[in-house]
Amino acid sequence: MSAETTSTPIATVRAPGLLRRHWPWLAAIAIALLLPWLFFDWTKGRHSGFVLTMLSEIGLMSVFALSFNMLMGQTGLLSFGHAILFGLGGYCTAHALNAVKAGTLWLPVELVPLVGGLGGLVFGAAFGYVVTKQRATAFAMITMGLGELVAACALMFMGFFGGEGGIPTDRMVGTSLVGVDYSSSWQVYCLIVAWVAIATVLMRLQTQTPLGRMANAQRDNFERTQFVGYDPRMIRFYQFTLSGFFAGIGGALYVLVYEIVTFDTVAAAKSATALLATYIGGAGSFLGPFLGTVVVVLLQSGVSLISNAWLLYVGGLFIVMVMFAPGGIMGIVARHEPIARIGRLGELVVPYARILPPGLLSVLGFVTLVELAQLTTIGAAQNKSLAIGGQAIDPHSALPWATGAVMLIGGGLWLRREARVFRVRWDALIEEAKARGLPV
Amino acid sequence: MEVFLVSLLNGLVYGMLLFMLASGLTLILSMMGVLNFAHASAYMLGAYFAFTLSQHIGFWPALVIAPLLCGLLGAAIEMYGLRRVHRNGHIAELLFTFGLALIIEKVVQMTWGLLPVPYRVPAGLDFPLFSIYGTHFPAYRAFMLLISLLMFGAIWLGLTRTRIGLVIQAALTHPDMVGALGHNVPRVFTIVFAAGTALAGLAGVIGGNYQVTEPAMAFTMGPIVFVVVVFGGLGSLTGCFIASLLMGLIQTFAVVLDYSPADLLKQFGVTVTSATPFHEVLTVPLPRIGALLPFLLLVLILVFKPRGLMGTRDT
Amino acid sequence: MLKTILARLALAALATASIGPAFAQGTIKIAYTDPLSGPFAQVGDANLKQMNYILDYINSKGGALGKKFELVPFDNKSQPSDALIALKSATDQNMPFIMQCSGSNIAAALIDGVNKHNARNPDNRIIYINCGAVATELTNEQCSFWHYRFDAHAAEKAAVMVQALPKDVAKVYLLNQDYLFGQSVQRDVKTFLAKLRPDVQVVGDELIPLGKVKDFAPYVTKIKASGAQALLTGNWGPDMNLLIKAGIDAGVDLRYYTMYAHLAGGAVAIGPGGDGKVYSVQAFNENIAPEIGNAEAEAWTKEFRAKFPFDFYAAGFRTIFEFLAAGINKAGSADPTKVAYALEDLKIKDFLGFEIRMRKDDHQIIGPYFVGIFKKGVKYDSEKTGLGWATAATVQAKDIEQPTTCKMQRPKS
Repeated sequence: MSAETTSTPIATVRAPGLLRRHWPWLAAIAIALLLPWLFFDWTKGRHSGFVLTMLSEIGLMSVFALSFNMLMGQTGLLSFGHAILFGLGGYCTAHALNAVKAGTLWLPVELVPLVGGLGGLVFGAAFGYVVTKQRATAFAMITMGLGELVAACALMFMGFFGGEGGIPTDRMVGTSLVGVDYSSSWQVYCLIVAWVAIATVLMRLQTQTPLGRMANAQRDNFERTQFVGYDPRMIRFYQFTLSGFFAGIGGALYVLVYEIVTFDTVAAAKSATALLATYIGGAGSFLGPFLGTVVVVLLQSGVSLISNAWLLYVGGLFIVMVMFAPGGIMGIVARHEPIARIGRLGELVVPYARILPPGLLSVLGFVTLVELAQLTTIGAAQNKSLAIGGQAIDPHSALPWATGAVMLIGGGLWLRREARVFRVRWDALIEEAKARGLPV
Repeated sequence: MEVFLVSLLNGLVYGMLLFMLASGLTLILSMMGVLNFAHASAYMLGAYFAFTLSQHIGFWPALVIAPLLCGLLGAAIEMYGLRRVHRNGHIAELLFTFGLALIIEKVVQMTWGLLPVPYRVPAGLDFPLFSIYGTHFPAYRAFMLLISLLMFGAIWLGLTRTRIGLVIQAALTHPDMVGALGHNVPRVFTIVFAAGTALAGLAGVIGGNYQVTEPAMAFTMGPIVFVVVVFGGLGSLTGCFIASLLMGLIQTFAVVLDYSPADLLKQFGVTVTSATPFHEVLTVPLPRIGALLPFLLLVLILVFKPRGLMGTRDT
Repeated sequence: MLKTILARLALAALATASIGPAFAQGTIKIAYTDPLSGPFAQVGDANLKQMNYILDYINSKGGALGKKFELVPFDNKSQPSDALIALKSATDQNMPFIMQCSGSNIAAALIDGVNKHNARNPDNRIIYINCGAVATELTNEQCSFWHYRFDAHAAEKAAVMVQALPKDVAKVYLLNQDYLFGQSVQRDVKTFLAKLRPDVQVVGDELIPLGKVKDFAPYVTKIKASGAQALLTGNWGPDMNLLIKAGIDAGVDLRYYTMYAHLAGGAVAIGPGGDGKVYSVQAFNENIAPEIGNAEAEAWTKEFRAKFPFDFYAAGFRTIFEFLAAGINKAGSADPTKVAYALEDLKIKDFLGFEIRMRKDDHQIIGPYFVGIFKKGVKYDSEKTGLGWATAATVQAKDIEQPTTCKMQRPKS
């Protein structure tokens, strides 16, 4: 699935076999639209607002992460300040929506994300002119400095940023093209899905344009790109500006979901989220950031409801990922490709099934210990209690600690043994694939 | 004159505190290329270790032991974590340290609680050393200045006068060549990372009681350290030293110079009123943005001079 | 997308294995959202501990309409978007109240979010209880029928600060954080100084970027040079602690008037050097009860000291829950619209014996306020430092109350 290995010519997009070739995209949209119904509250006859907002958050953050990957994955530029484009796009959108509400501007709600995109594009060009002078670490550090400056300005200057309270807005401006008032989260969610799909397809197509290809080239070999006759700086500039456009669309979707934009949208934490999502999903493949966003948002908004120690789990996950799966989730999937090509994926089922229990056991042991530790020190008075299967557990007795430690250590040792077995099987299959002349 | 002298002293002390933090990071970043986000976490750990140790064995032993503990931790992190991640590229290393910073923050919260701890300046140093125009200069500030100067001297001597220092220096500019000459580059990496972490720990021991020892101290100190290191330029301890002092002095003097761009424009006969476009930005006085100047300077210097102030290598 | 479902299932499984809030049936649920993780977790954590202590007491007295209150915490990580997600969760579960204390950015987002939610879902409304976001705008321009503020706002705190300024102070220096709250403290303090203390001269007026200054020594030098006798600041967190520490270290003869020095962690951060120099505008301190001879209140807060390593400072929270209980009893149900009407103009005596009123015009709490001085030799010290807060001034409700520009829109009940 990676951008480099797939070489779908643009022409096929318009070919009659659209449905046949691109069914995964359509299936993804269908699933996105069906998923909220799983959580529909039939007794009250309404959608779960929490689930819809979280899915919308996944959608808008994945547009943001994908735009971030236009820099990191495709152009090899690590940005620590990408959120400024996301946030500024959001501020432009909020001002535009307020103008529509006041009647000084006419714009259908459905096209409002374009305003965010254009805002991101303009600011992307302005900042891009400065930052793309450099690459590598210098680029990363300039974006970090710029990010801090913009975030500080957002608090200081009232006129455009609205200060600490931000710019509140209202998405019910009554200018819909399809006659929807966007009062419910469900209506907004449908709009989000549509725009996420449009933005994703556009970004996908962009990877196949000459600019997208040259961005890859200057990432892989900066000097040779110059010999081919392209100015690497201009490539970086166009790529940065375009990614600003898509980040701005993400920011606009944020405004539509939350109906407010505050300085948090330009702050470093948002930039970090995109970086983490992209890496976890896999920067090397187009859809990696999307998967990464799903994981990160679920951790942020889901696990944080259950445990205050969620940041520790996030930290642990990153460390495990960078140590054992540097290609991210999509990297793990891609590694199975040669084995799948020789048709022997089935032989991995048993080894996988064997490492699953010790893996789960050690994770469970780790979680138990962390939760116990944090319950004794901070969590106790936060109305949280530890219970397994309705059975309350006393963190001051020795038994749960011992159980946790045994699970962690025992599980770890068992995992090591099973991992060795797995490794043998895996290497044999890879050798097999190599022998058949497949690239590994 | 009064304000000038006091500000100069203040700027020096603050600059030297920055240098204590930044010197470790400049070694790590120049040599290993690791954007170590956990560096400020080591600073925090140093302060917390010193707090606990000083309750039992006093401040002076803690001054030695806490940085050593941080150094050991750094060595372990390098040997069992970073070395493994190294082959996966710089972004992997960066995220590794980022994950580490999150974990350290949470572990500190779980061990020492969420509130600040009463880590105090030792009684032996808690007196005003001298008074200058009625403003006390605390002895502890002089002590900080002394420690950081000693540190600068020790690092400089270590790098230029010892065998391992020469190897490290060589590895700063030509890592591959050093490896080719048969030096154990991974071990050098471990030493550098451990030393860098220990220096951050020392800065924590010194800075923790001067400022406030709390779980957010790593988070708030993080960005400015990067600014100093990158501004000074990779591979140059002197650059780092100058950058630290410069940042300290600039921020200190920005506070006393009460001017805004509008005042500058007035010199050219342009008067800024509330009707002027961008008047909100133009009337901002210098003290209001003093603490942001380092970031502005960082952006400016990198745009025109990607190697930083005295860098020997491209960043 | 399969991943989503899998992750979701895993999450659900984890949730039923249950490391989570212990839900009980038939309780009145109050969603509470503040930072509970990350670098600023202490804010939410300290609040939560005090709230649970208060709720245990109120529930033991019978709660409201025979039902117990239950607090359901949501971590918002200081992000407005996460606070809005918490709002969605609360309304999904038909909770009648959502409470938030820290950050006017989040408060603004919540007021707006609650307004829209209640307008769009008349059958599932929710009341927003503001327990500490103090931007003056929230009960003026942005005021809402669904928003009740149970803390004095920035302008009121500024008024208290100015009224507590001793007569011998002639020169003051203002230093504030450069964002909405700090700027409004700066503006309001100057307004009240001009009105109430025309003899006082403002010799310096400074704004600093929020959380960016690591060394306050240069500011102290400047303050010293200006000849100020008192420093008036709305700073909180490191911006306040480091400022006071730097001032004490430099031995400047200065009195520090703050708004947040009495919060959890403040006493430890300032340390013994602050003896007799630091003042804080506060709704409560542990020595008020013995000072006014209220033994019952004293015993009640003493019990909190025995359990937790910091002071009880949140008398305002107790007022909140007593208001809610009284409001629900008066309305005869926990229906948000009825309770919202019942709370308007409600008066109760708080546990110290002062009369507290919820003003109908803008839903702003009106009650007395105190200025504490941090010093040695008080009955109850703070956080085992040996120093504690003694009352330096009590400002009556009538001297705090200020006109509002709010034009309240009320729904049909």
